[in-house]
Amino acid sequence: MTAGHVVIIGAGQGGLQAAMSLRQEGHAGPITLIGAEEGLPYQRPPLSKEYLKTGEAEKLALRPAGFFDKKEITLRTGTRADAIDRAARLVRLGGEALAYDHLILATGTRNLVPPIPGVERALGLRTLDDARALREALAAPRRIAVIGGGFIGLEFAAVARTFGHEVTVAEMAPRLMARVVSPEMSARFARLHRDLGTTLELGNGVTKVTAEGVVLADGRTVAADLVLLAAGVRPNTELAEAAGLPVANGIVVDAQLRTADPHIHALGDCAVFPDPQTGRPVRLESVQAATDHARAIAKTIVGGTDEPYAGVPWFWSDQAEWKLQIAGLAAPGDESVTVGDSTVLRFAGDRLTAVETINDAKMHMRARKLLAQDAPPTRDMLAAENYDLTIA
Amino acid sequence: MVKVTYIEHDGTETVVEGDIGDSVMSTAIANGIDGIVAECGGSMMCATCHCYVDEDWADQTGPRKDGEDDMLESAACEVTERSRLSCQIKLTPELDGLVVHLPEEQV
Repeated sequence: MTAGHVVIIGAGQGGLQAAMSLRQEGHAGPITLIGAEEGLPYQRPPLSKEYLKTGEAEKLALRPAGFFDKKEITLRTGTRADAIDRAARLVRLGGEALAYDHLILATGTRNLVPPIPGVERALGLRTLDDARALREALAAPRRIAVIGGGFIGLEFAAVARTFGHEVTVAEMAPRLMARVVSPEMSARFARLHRDLGTTLELGNGVTKVTAEGVVLADGRTVAADLVLLAAGVRPNTELAEAAGLPVANGIVVDAQLRTADPHIHALGDCAVFPDPQTGRPVRLESVQAATDHARAIAKTIVGGTDEPYAGVPWFWSDQAEWKLQIAGLAAPGDESVTVGDSTVLRFAGDRLTAVETINDAKMHMRARKLLAQDAPPTRDMLAAENYDLTIA
Repeated sequence: MVKVTYIEHDGTETVVEGDIGDSVMSTAIANGIDGIVAECGGSMMCATCHCYVDEDWADQTGPRKDGEDDMLESAACEVTERSRLSCQIKLTPELDGLVVHLPEEQV
């Protein structure tokens, strides 16, 4: 389809990429990009990294205002979609009904708010407004408690320590970043953060937030005048669900990233898609999934291609001087093989599932290439090379 | 402010003013240059801001930074000795007048 109206709900990186890729693929019809937040679409990854240090919000815009005119993309910010009428192919926005020929759901996620008494006292870190509020709070010396030892909590903790604040990170799981990295990599990062002067409470989640600080599972209180909630996210699926589309930890899509309705695709953080390697349903929170999904969907809509999505996942996290890079996708129980000081390979049986590295772009890129091959080297083959990916 | 000229693959030339300290990548994005994608926002996680430094400017822009070679391996177009990730070239007063050429594709 090169004509027709494509409506994209969600103006984050994935939604914007879908609009850009549609134009690049030759879509000539109108494109409407709807975002709930005010302002131009912006990058979220720097909010917990560079932006916290510099406060330079103007550097976050993904594209300047003029870009949208030039590409004839109608950007509607500060606008919420209320409902999807699939039978009539309409998106309802307040009193308005916007007709679509094709709809892309890029609704992203929101912070997961655990049922902890007093949790409303905690700040979040998801939007530019959140990050602004945190930066202001960091202007004075603080005792900080972070709820959650994942990427966001740890990136924030590292920056806060640089500024000299007292920081405690409380994580319910027995190790850091347990959902995304190996136990070996968790241990390395635990050492890093302790060396930075951060107190880690592992297997000791927060049970209560009070005016004095946070209460931990073991009953102790950590005094804090600033509490960050960084306990993960929840996909924004309500619109899809209300429209009768299947939802299970995300909006369910097939290998072409199509929902149960052939006129509706979903992408990025809000979409559950079959892992190209295993077929098991996965939902990824990453720039890679958002942008690769967007490009694949644009190709499908414009060119009618039916090729299954096959992107290799990659992730990164900057914590102090360490850049953690992950290529591939490991299940929590996958085995680990440690290579040197900075690399952990993950395996499910004979199959290489992921490669975790610290400050090693060469190894990371090698891993991304290997994992993109039709038949990546097996564990036996890699073992014969002492797990040296650069010669595999 | 320094002048930077971007020459796209089809020959389109755009001259823009960039701030000292900004990168050649962020200057391109801020000015709507199509030939730079910059998917990772300058985090050295992709090679979608690949550019070829004009031969007259190769000395002034200096050698590639740590890890840049490795990332360039995944560039969509041919990598030559003049290939750089534009996010790794920071504008300095000496780079006033810089000319970079952009590849046909970034992805």
